[in-house]
Amino acid sequence: MYEGVVQDLIDELGKLPGIGPKSAQRIAFHLLGVDADQVRRLAEVLLQVKERVRFCTVCGNVAEADRCRICTDPRRDASVLCVVEEPKDVIAIERTREFHGRYHVLGGAISPIDGIGPEDLRIRELLQRLADGAVKELIIATDPNLEGEATATYLARIVAPLGVRVTRLASGLPVGGDLEYADEVTLGRALEGRRALDV
Amino acid sequence: MGHNEPVGLYRDDAVVLRTQKLGEADRIITLLTRRNGRVRAVAKGIRRTSSKFGARLEPATHVDVQLYLGRSLDIITQVETRDVFGERLRRDYGSYTMGSAMLETAERLTAEEREPALRLYLLLVGALRALVERRHDPRLVFDAFALRALANAGYQPALGECARCGAPGPHRWFSVAGGGTVCSTCRPAGAASPSAEAIDVLRALLVGDWATADASESAVRREASGLTAAYLQWHLEHGLRSLRLVEQG
Ligand SMILES: [Zn+2]
Ligand SMILES: [Zn+2]
Repeated sequence: MYEGVVQDLIDELGKLPGIGPKSAQRIAFHLLGVDADQVRRLAEVLLQVKERVRFCTVCGNVAEADRCRICTDPRRDASVLCVVEEPKDVIAIERTREFHGRYHVLGGAISPIDGIGPEDLRIRELLQRLADGAVKELIIATDPNLEGEATATYLARIVAPLGVRVTRLASGLPVGGDLEYADEVTLGRALEGRRALDV
Repeated sequence: MGHNEPVGLYRDDAVVLRTQKLGEADRIITLLTRRNGRVRAVAKGIRRTSSKFGARLEPATHVDVQLYLGRSLDIITQVETRDVFGERLRRDYGSYTMGSAMLETAERLTAEEREPALRLYLLLVGALRALVERRHDPRLVFDAFALRALANAGYQPALGECARCGAPGPHRWFSVAGGGTVCSTCRPAGAASPSAEAIDVLRALLVGDWATADASESAVRREASGLTAAYLQWHLEHGLRSLRLVEQG
């Protein structure tokens, strides 16, 4: 145990995800060693993030205004909507530069064992967005694990009456791997999502 | 432990009950094993798309797993799939919520880690198999599993004689807190008065008489399910979270 404010700093850092007591201590002593300006900048950014950043009222992504950068960009295709679990998934898909539609962030996946049901996610907001018929295709990009898959199944079922085309991100073999190391679920899905080879 | 295994390494059959994120790329996997009861173990790097574990440690998967004994959490070193129950649950939302409720029930009925729970393990594997093979109404499969798992834990409900005084039945009252059917003298305030058919379904599910259970009418099943759910919630402290999401058929 350290004294007073140093220990407070270690305690606060230790509350952050993925930071254990050892790392918290290391970061605390790193901060003690750097000059005051650098620490002030960090403190300011932390406060600004809390003051300025909120969630887009349309898609649920992080935004610095009422609506996010993607929702206000007229070049984005409003007829294609990609559904993801978290804002960080938006960033992952944006990095591919392959997608030009808009997003809808659910805020998680349906997980009965964790007490998370459909009404705890932004599903009602999604149905509202689909109501005017402007969206023609819904791409479901939830995580390829049991919770994400079950959420995709649920969404496909409740969206079906609206006549929107529902697609799911293909899942299959990781690029760069050997076929023999694939587990049966991954290999099974790769077969399910196979495509014709153009020659 | 086998003859050729290094110290600290052990192998077991298991069902994945739950997974939780840990750090950057790991997960804590809660397993119900055949020989070692409920075990919590770390699967390192499992969240990377290049992980050797692939989808083998998704919830409801039945696996053959090799673990390394750790101080608080064991470490999973190898996994082979026995049955991909989870993969089949994902395609049907109703089965998914039902399967989740089974996994949660199994977790909640194993209070202590590493306390052998062979019977519960066998019940769970059987119930998951029946669920994905759609042999019966999914809700009946869940109810049968819940009743047998509770009975195995020492909470078998009375379904004939009076739970309090033992007077032979049939009795028309059912008390969740009182332990099942109760006679009119013993019946506490708030006891339900279910149909005789609903009690018959519960009895059939408890002993595995599927012919009777499958032949029951849907209104009777709903009644039996309601009693099972109430009885299960009563015996599990804080109740079962998944049960809220199970769709009433
Ligand atoms: Zn937005
Ligand atoms: Zn009595």
